Amino acid sequence: MPTNNMTRLDPNSQAASRGLSDLSIRNLFIIPTIAFLIIFNIFPLLYSLGYSFTDFRASTNAPAKFVGLQNYRDLLNDPFIWKNFSITAKYVLISVTGQVVVGFGLAMLLNRTIPAKGLITTLLLLPMMLSMAVVGLFWKLLYDPNFGIINYFLGLGKFEWLADPDMALWAIAIVDIWMWSPFVMLLSLAGLSAVPKHLYEAAEIDRAGNIYTFFRITLPLVAPILMIAIIFRTMEAFKTFDLAYVLSSQPTTELIAIRLYKMAFQEWQTGMSSAFAYIVLIMVVAITNIYVKYLNKVKAR
Amino acid sequence: MAGVQTSAEKWTNRTAIAAVFVALIIMLTPIYWIAATAFKPRNLATTIPPTVVYEPTVAPFVKLFTKRSQLREQPTQEEYDTAPWWEKMVYDGGEKVVRNRKTGEVRSSGYGDRFKNSLIVSVISTILAVGMGTLTAYGFSRFKVAGEDDWLFFILSTRMLPPVVVAIPMFLMYRVVGLNDTHMGLIILYTAFNLSFAVWIMKGFIDEIPREYEEAALVDGYTRIQAFFKVVLPEALTGMAATAVFCFITAWNEYAFALIMTNRNAQTAPPYIPSQVGSGLPDWTVIAAGTFLFLIPVAIFTFLLRNHLLRGMSFGAIRK
Repeated sequence: MPTNNMTRLDPNSQAASRGLSDLSIRNLFIIPTIAFLIIFNIFPLLYSLGYSFTDFRASTNAPAKFVGLQNYRDLLNDPFIWKNFSITAKYVLISVTGQVVVGFGLAMLLNRTIPAKGLITTLLLLPMMLSMAVVGLFWKLLYDPNFGIINYFLGLGKFEWLADPDMALWAIAIVDIWMWSPFVMLLSLAGLSAVPKHLYEAAEIDRAGNIYTFFRITLPLVAPILMIAIIFRTMEAFKTFDLAYVLSSQPTTELIAIRLYKMAFQEWQTGMSSAFAYIVLIMVVAITNIYVKYLNKVKAR
Repeated sequence: MAGVQTSAEKWTNRTAIAAVFVALIIMLTPIYWIAATAFKPRNLATTIPPTVVYEPTVAPFVKLFTKRSQLREQPTQEEYDTAPWWEKMVYDGGEKVVRNRKTGEVRSSGYGDRFKNSLIVSVISTILAVGMGTLTAYGFSRFKVAGEDDWLFFILSTRMLPPVVVAIPMFLMYRVVGLNDTHMGLIILYTAFNLSFAVWIMKGFIDEIPREYEEAALVDGYTRIQAFFKVVLPEALTGMAATAVFCFITAWNEYAFALIMTNRNAQTAPPYIPSQVGSGLPDWTVIAAGTFLFLIPVAIFTFLLRNHLLRGMSFGAIRK
């Protein structure tokens, strides 16, 4: 842990007795942030925990009635909610797999001497910096069955991307892959450049094949960083709202976040949606926990 | 890899470089298409085959900022001749600019205000997040904090919450205190969101500043606070700038909170631009123009930030 190997000022020294004490500076610097986050992140969650046990609807003035665990029971027994979960699982699988394949592939290609490599890498990273809602929206034009450039360049005629219920989820995932493969690429490149060159030289002397070298040297050494990229992208894909919301209103693309949004802000089932939010929250905190474990693992190296 | 390349290796290398260029073209085509469409006349935006060569026009930008209505009858020759160049462009597109009945002033579309809202909210929340984040990062970096890892996990986890989950109670609370559809309301949300990021990444930067610098300053008679402001802060400036750019981009691009918490007064550009597509036949040149202007700051910042992207994207874990 980083705190252990740091030297500490002797609290009795002359320096420490001047001005504010270290303890009060520490508190002054840290407590406002913690307080701010508790007030604006944790307190609201406690507030909605209360509502999750009621039948409250924010659109009416009717007082909230306590219903116990009824909301949670209803949600977990609702086949449509499970449908939302399975759509989300499918979406996460397609989009994260795509990002890992494309992103890691790009990193493998870039991991050599290439003219203007810095510029090319920066340009490749551009999509992930852009707004998902705004740029994602523009893909509607690119996907248009009549005059979209995607159908034109791929020679697909009047292929329906977003209007077709089965295709729409793939279409959204493709935009997500376009936007976030660069992220996997960026992290993979860092992992690849950290592989010691002498390992490859040794493999060459041993006349090891390319495939053997890849699976026995490259992959194991890049794996921890790649794992961070995968967990992070899984978590983000699980939460996807913007992209799917602007691109499609198909029931087959109703991800959890979209269902939650509709339940809370269109159907105004405030109590029910608070319970739903809690179910989602527990899942996200679980994934975050795994993510942080891996972050610390990589940091420790 | 080192040493003399065999011909097979040379061949592999060349193929890889060619593949990189193909990938680059594919990745950048959507962005290029936004920029290209933003300068097209409307009738060339949706053609088959796609129009690649055309005479650029700024008509989409004129239309982006003005309120327009369908032209019922052709303007008289005199009306057309006396109109300024930009109004002619709107006439040429079969529309007319809507003017205030009394003053004759041109009415603006909502875009300019939304863009301004985006700027206000992003800039202020960035300053707050980086300011508070740097102090907190210093606190965690230099002093012993009981349960430090747990606190840092707590701070990070607030960032990981899905926006809609947080938005439900925030919407209810804001309704009580009147913060819905205000700049302040969004600024608070974005500050909270970016603060956790700023703490994590600034801690990485401050950990790298040798403690000896401050200790030397303390020996020279500085107080701890003076040492922080005069020694640590200047050293951390690059890191703060990079963090600020990241925070700005996150706030600038944010969609879900803005969609839920604002509708007119404080609405930012991300929820506004998609709302212009609506039903019927959208004018894609105007949407492209709005998107193009919206993307320019981020594109510039990405270039300025290029050496810090890895660190920012990994929350400071990977530094290279």
